[in-house]
Amino acid sequence: MAELKLSGIVKNFGAVRVLHGIDLVVQDGEMIVIVGASGCGKSTLLRIVAGLERSTGGTVLIDDRDVTALEPAARDIAMVFQNYALYPHMRVFDNMAYGLRIRGLSKEDIKRRVQEAADLLGLSELLDRRPRELSGGQRQRVAMGRAIVREPKLFLFDEPLSNLDAKLRVAMRAEIKRLQRRLGVTSLFVTHDQVEAMTLGDRLVVMHEGRAAQIASPMEIFERPADTYVAGFIGSPSMNFLPATITEDAKAATLSDGNIIALPPGQFAARPGQKVTLGIRPEHISLTGPLRLTIDLVEPLGSECVVHGKLASGEIMALRLPGAPPSATVLDIAPRTEHLHVFDAETGKRLPPPA
Amino acid sequence: MAEARNSIAAPVGMAGSNPRADMLTHVVLVLGVLLFALPIWIVLMGSTHDAGTIGRGDVPLLPGAEAAANYSAVWNQGNKQRAGVPVSTMMFNSAIMALLITFGKIAISIISAYAVAFFSFPGRMLFFWAIFITLMLPVEVRIFPTFQVVSDLGLVNTYAGLIVPLIASATATLLFRQFFLTIPDELVEAAKMDGAGPIRFFKDVVLPLSATNIAALFVILFVYGWNQYLWPLLVTTSTDVETIMIGIVKMLGSQGDTEWHLVMATTVLALLPPVAIVILMQRWFVKGLVETEK
Repeated sequence: MAELKLSGIVKNFGAVRVLHGIDLVVQDGEMIVIVGASGCGKSTLLRIVAGLERSTGGTVLIDDRDVTALEPAARDIAMVFQNYALYPHMRVFDNMAYGLRIRGLSKEDIKRRVQEAADLLGLSELLDRRPRELSGGQRQRVAMGRAIVREPKLFLFDEPLSNLDAKLRVAMRAEIKRLQRRLGVTSLFVTHDQVEAMTLGDRLVVMHEGRAAQIASPMEIFERPADTYVAGFIGSPSMNFLPATITEDAKAATLSDGNIIALPPGQFAARPGQKVTLGIRPEHISLTGPLRLTIDLVEPLGSECVVHGKLASGEIMALRLPGAPPSATVLDIAPRTEHLHVFDAETGKRLPPPA
Repeated sequence: MAEARNSIAAPVGMAGSNPRADMLTHVVLVLGVLLFALPIWIVLMGSTHDAGTIGRGDVPLLPGAEAAANYSAVWNQGNKQRAGVPVSTMMFNSAIMALLITFGKIAISIISAYAVAFFSFPGRMLFFWAIFITLMLPVEVRIFPTFQVVSDLGLVNTYAGLIVPLIASATATLLFRQFFLTIPDELVEAAKMDGAGPIRFFKDVVLPLSATNIAALFVILFVYGWNQYLWPLLVTTSTDVETIMIGIVKMLGSQGDTEWHLVMATTVLALLPPVAIVILMQRWFVKGLVETEK
């Protein structure tokens, strides 16, 4: 149980700067998910917290203790790796006990802790097996067990679910969440999967090109994305973006084809004539309106369907419609005003609420 | 298995589908086996006859009656005519040399490979290439400078002089390095998180994972050490540290007075240890050469 505080974490690989000053405070018992596309620096950040990588600048505090210069083992943290990284020649029991033995715990303590962790994870029957005799999900559990027995201040997860098949991934996702709640250990979870991020995290850090684009709760990020990158990254299919210009009265925006879309009142401080990007999620589109969409692809998903098409102005849009696919090839649509997002066209930042 | 498969549907032209091709395969195999085994058989049979038989120019293909006498003679006294050393002493010397070379090579090369594969330090690649390049300098090439060094150190006619110059091994270092590179980084990192330092990681993870590789190298290097001839020939002049390979060659006099039956008995004895090692370690040996899944 601990608080993790990162301030101004900078990392250079040679001449390339991959992290541009990350600040983050993780509360005691909180589960923070770091999410981003590959190459955004999320794994590097995690490895700096773990001590496997040295930061070029900035400090890492765990419970107000500066651990920036400490070895991984001295930081009192445990990590679950993507490929599990179990010791192939050791039995499950020894895999979990190894770290404890090095720390010089007594035989009884080790046995008790491993047994408890094994019971918690349903591994009691497998303690005498070797990793190669286990399935992917079981290996994953052993890797978690190895972290749990250490009773660390901090859990680090480096894409632990990406080697599992889809069904198992969903099951293990729920299991990790339950376990983290139950143990109440402060956790940092890295993933590229937005569904994992949304479901697991108390808060998310959306990383983009070495910066934290937004740090907020999952719903906050979904409802009020800080910029077009976050808006496009979270949500599936991605948010639709339409270039527009704010009208003279600053209450609506003109699309490139001349159609005028009203803005939700009192939410965005827009200047008349400002170039903006309107964002609307595929599920927030009504089927009556001035925009004409020519359908070119329909993906039925059972309970709903995703419709891809092109507007008269040439912009591509995706729609999520409940029920069976529409039979028409052309739809008249409009964004639902209350769900409209407005971003500055130049900076990509969300327009602030009016002062 | 093979029979069953053939009886179902044997593709035309495949061995086994017709009896004549089958027979040809067997003939070739039998010839091959004979080619390899016949000399050994002749030596084995020769060692069981008295001096006269081979002296007359016969090549006996059946066992004679002198086996016990011949073997006990060489084992205990060696070749009396040449004031030779008993084969038991020479075998002992050879065993000491082969085992120490093997252990030395494995120990030194696994440690240097560990350093080169897992640590980053200034000049790492320089060291690696320096080791790599020595592959091009086998004992035979550097034999005179090596002899000079050994003799200046006063190590002629000692075990140390016999063994130390043969211990450095670029081949084994390379093999271990290649194997170490297949150990995933995450495993190293997991051990770091668990608090294992470099020595602990080496002892608890790297060594156990290398067991099959070590076994395979053990076989290869033991045979290499046992068969050393040129270097022992140079560096030993005293009979105390004479190895079996030297002993055998010394037994061959000029054509007339060579006691072939004793030479053959000695040869058979010299064959036994490598054969025993290969047979005993065969399972591990094959595993070490074949196994990739870790």
